[in-house]
Parts: sequence; structure tokens; C-alpha cells
Amino acid sequence: MRVLETRGLVKVYEGRRKQHVRALDGVDLTTEQGECLALLGPAGAGKTTLLRTIAGLESPTLGEVHLGGHLMNGLPPRARRVGLVVPSHALYPHKSVRGNIEFPLKAEHVPRAMRERKARWAADLLGIPDLLGRRPGRLSADERRRVALARALVREPAVLLLDEPLAGVDPRSRAAARDELRSLQRRLGTAMICVTHDQAEATGLGDRVAVLDAGRLRQVGTPQDLYDEPVDTFVATLIGTPPMNLVPRGDRLIGFRPEHLLPAEEVPPDGRVTMPLRVDRIEHLSGDRHVYGRVTRIGRETRVIARLPATVTTPLAGGETREFAVPGDRVRFFDAEYGNRTAPVRIGG
Amino acid sequence: MSRVAANTASRRRGGLADREGLLTWLFLLPSVVYLAALVLVPLALAIALALSGVTAAAPAYRFTGVRRFGSVLSDGAFWRALTGTLVVAGVSTVLVVLCGQVLAHVLLARFRGRWLVRPLVLLPWTTPAALSATSWRWLLDSAHSPAGRLLRAAGVASWHERPAMVLGTIVAVQVWRLTPLAAVVMAAGLTAIPRDVRDAARVDGAGAVRRAVEVVIPLALPSIAVAALLTAILTCADAAVAAVLTGPGGSPWTLAALAYARGIEGGALGRGAAIAVLLLPLPLAGAAVLLRAGRSPAEEAA
Repeated sequence: MRVLETRGLVKVYEGRRKQHVRALDGVDLTTEQGECLALLGPAGAGKTTLLRTIAGLESPTLGEVHLGGHLMNGLPPRARRVGLVVPSHALYPHKSVRGNIEFPLKAEHVPRAMRERKARWAADLLGIPDLLGRRPGRLSADERRRVALARALVREPAVLLLDEPLAGVDPRSRAAARDELRSLQRRLGTAMICVTHDQAEATGLGDRVAVLDAGRLRQVGTPQDLYDEPVDTFVATLIGTPPMNLVPRGDRLIGFRPEHLLPAEEVPPDGRVTMPLRVDRIEHLSGDRHVYGRVTRIGRETRVIARLPATVTTPLAGGETREFAVPGDRVRFFDAEYGNRTAPVRIGG
Repeated sequence: MSRVAANTASRRRGGLADREGLLTWLFLLPSVVYLAALVLVPLALAIALALSGVTAAAPAYRFTGVRRFGSVLSDGAFWRALTGTLVVAGVSTVLVVLCGQVLAHVLLARFRGRWLVRPLVLLPWTTPAALSATSWRWLLDSAHSPAGRLLRAAGVASWHERPAMVLGTIVAVQVWRLTPLAAVVMAAGLTAIPRDVRDAARVDGAGAVRRAVEVVIPLALPSIAVAALLTAILTCADAAVAAVLTGPGGSPWTLAALAYARGIEGGALGRGAAIAVLLLPLPLAGAAVLLRAGRSPAEEAA
């Protein structure tokens, strides 16, 4: 069931000196019941504007927002049944945690006993029942995040909109926090849109990932789709660490991921593309070796990165030149000028 | 190596900029001098005058002790003026905060022509109190003014004699005069509320009234307290409005006006100073109460 649908959303701001800024430039997006959609893009791509437009805090210049099959344009935020969590968490500093979580229910005139029960339920869900009596000023960043989430989901919204939900969570506990967020969402069955600028977070969190750049959707698909079949060089270099290598050859760019560039003897010979790689430097990262170097022959000499898993034990040293190869089905081709995906060309060798 | 050594050596000698203890005092000195010269010395002078029998006719200092206060306290005019001061300060403060909140929202609203409205809002405050009180007096008093006619038509021949009318007029002028200041103070408080928090209240489903009562006003409370405090102090201490409205020879209705009438117009400097010193605890108490009330929400917001 479609929970949220945007059709051709355009948002134009009047910036300084009457300049018009198109924060959103025709966004068509849908989310299904129980789905987590990650919205990925660099700073200024329009991610937050899109969330605010869905929540009703901004009105679109053009286009439509549908929630649960109803047109929402012109309706105030309170008519929309969305939960929103912003990076600052925006807790009410003068209210206790209980007061914060109960506020959306109070606004709906839910009776006191019911309010208390639901606030308790939300607090238990997020593991913060001990904090109900405290003020936000006395909470840690992680506790504040939990309170903001509890407040957003206490009235069981149709869509949860999370803007950088894991901002401020320290890198060590990020994976655990992601896992917790997903299991929470699965239990509630709500649709969720998570805004993030971190590709690892987007692909880790989202059932699907929507890549937004300069107000336009570049690609929407599963993390696997985005990784395997990026539609352009923007998506190709945004997804994956280190990013996809791009080697210019005539009017094309030859793209291959660092983890597919291996010493030639590690790659099955049929259909592979081989190239000489001159090693500049080697980094050891949790068992993997990241080999920084330059490749020639298949195109213009270009700096590339090869990621060798711990299972590949080929001895390598800086300054050495060695034959590397990429399996033929792992090579992608892009237009050198526009960056969009093109048909394969024969490289030879 | 030698350069590093030379650097540390010169630092050990220490320029003026490195001696933070001395600098602290140096920077504080102007305000200490200012406070001493313009606050403490006049206050001490006033207290000394209050303890003396100095008059305009006999300016030699004669110490009389606290006897003066006894005679002031037994004067009916003092108690009438004290009540008047409390009523004027209390009612003005409430009205100024209410009107100021409305004006603060006007100041912050984005609309066509606000470049014109903003200075107009501030105009009453920039006018000297004596000047505005004079024009108000003319408005209410003169035989040809609209308000004078209305009052006479309503059967009020001489409003000077009716306490409610006099106090009401003083309150009206004070409110008119101090609302802009309070509005600016409270507008600053309103802009300090994070937009995220206001937005959160909208998404959480709160209507305009609930947002105002449960989110905006509690968070704006520190600035409201400051505005109320300023209004209370300025109305308590202000002699000009009451003195000009009731005029020379009229009976003074506030303590500051009474001190002015007795001390300056009547020439009894010691008596006027005694009244002024007795007035002092009023704004002080107001300041203490409001600072205490304004502190807790501000701290929690931080």
C-alpha cells in the first residue's frame, strides 16, 4: 500500500538579491507501508526541504504531496499525521521528558489516562522509562535522540520523517543504533524516510535509497541496485568506499569498483580487462589492503584505488608495476561529458 | 633550538597583554568608576540629605537623624502617594507586557511597509517623558481638545480631583511611553526561540493557541520578566509624568512626584530626599523577585 507519494514537487526560494533558488526540482517519490526509504545526497541537495515539504512546514511551489491516498497540499502539519525528528531534536526545554512525549497526544485531546499509557509505551519502546521525570537539559545526546523519537511515534504516524537520525551518535555505536532503529520500525510497521548524507548509513538503513542532488532525484533503488547499476557517475562515486574508479578513454569513462580491481592472477581469464598498475602507496585497513596507484593502457593514465581483501596475499610493494584485472561483467561505462551510463565499448586486452 | 629558548624567555618576562589578573582590573575600572560616581555617590548623598534638616532656604548641613522619616511616615500624603505608586506600577506593568507582546509580534512579522511601521512603534519611547506628558495634559485638559470635551460631556468637569481618573491617566501615559521598550525587549526574546522547536510544535499537532500557551510564552518568559522589571522600575522612579500631569500646585499621586514636589518645589530638600529613600525598596524588591522568577526557565533552556 502506498503511504506517501510526491508528484513533481518543486520548491523555489527567493534568495538574496531576488535570486531564485530551486531547492526541489521535480521530485517524484513513493514509499510503501513498512518500508524504510533512505534519502541520500550531499549538503544542499534539498533533502531537508523535501522532508519539511512532506511534513507541511513548507508549501511546494508546484507539485503534490499525497499521504494515505489523500492530497495534502494546503493542509497544515497537524492534519498530516507525520512524525518528524530533526538533527537538533527540538525538544521542549521547559517540559519534562514525559511532557515532551505527551505533547502530541495533548494536542489531540487524548484523555489523561490514555496519554500516560501511550507515553509509557513509547518510552519503553525506546528504553527510556527511567527518564520520564527529567528535563531535556539534563540528558545526553543519545537520550535526547530517543526522547525525540518517542515523541515522533507516540501518536502512531503514517510516516516517520527522520532528518539525520544518527547524527551525534558516536561512530562505534552507529551500527547498533541503525539496527535498533530498523527493528523498531519493523515492529511498528510504519513507513520511514531517513535523510542522511552518509552513503554507508543510507545503504545500511534503507530498503531503498533515493539519491538526491541539486533538487533532483538521480536514482531510486535498492542498495544493491545503486551499487551494481549506478545510472551516472554521481551515484557511482557517491556509493561505496572507496568510490568507484573512473578512467577516461576517449569520450567515455570506464568505471570499476576498487574491490573488483585485483592482481591479474586472481581474476578468471575469460572476459577480464587487464591493465598495468604502478603502486604508489598501500594502506592496511582492518585486514584489507587499499592499494593507491596509477593505471595505463586501457585509457588515460589515472590514479585509482584497488581494495584487496585479506584473502588475496599477493606480495606488493610501493614503486612496483604489476598486471591487475577487472572481471568483464564488473566494468561500467559512462559518458565523459554528461556522466550518464552508456553502452559498453570494446577495450581489448 | 636557540630561537625556542629566546621565545620562552621573552614570554616569561611577560608583556602587559599576558598579565590577565591586571588586565581584568584594568578593563573593569571604567565601569567601577562609573558606578561609583553616578550611582553610589548620589545614593549616599540622598541618604545623607534624608538624615538632615537641609532646606533650600537654609542649605547648611544639620544632622537630624532618622526623625525625618518619622514625620514623613506620619504624613497622609505619603501613604496616598505610596498607594498611588503601587497601583500605577502594577497596572502599568501588566498593560505594558500585554501591549508589548502584541507589538513585539508586529515588529517581527514580515509584511509590506514594515520599514515604516518599525520606527513608528519606537517613537513614543524616544520622546522625552516631560514633553509627552505635557501634550497628554493638553489633550485631556484644554477646553478645545477632543478628550476634554468628551470628559465634560460625560459630566467630568475637573478630572484632577478624582483619584481614579488621575491614576488612570498616569497609567495611560506610562503605558503609551514604555510599551515600545518592552516590545523591543520581548521581540528579542521571541527571536531567541529556536525555529526547530516552533516547527516541532506544529508537526506535533498543536494549534495556534496551544503553541502560544505551552511553547512560546514559557520559552519567552525570561524576556517577559525583564520587560516587566524595566517597566516596574521606570514607572516607580518616574517623577516627570505624574508631576507634569497634575501640575505644580496639584496634589502629587506618586512617591517620585511627591519627593519632587516637597524637595524641589517646596524647598524641603531633606524631606524630599527622605521620601526618595523610602521609595528605593520598591524597585529593588521588584528587581529581586523578577530576577529570581526569570532565572529558572532561562537556565533550563540553556
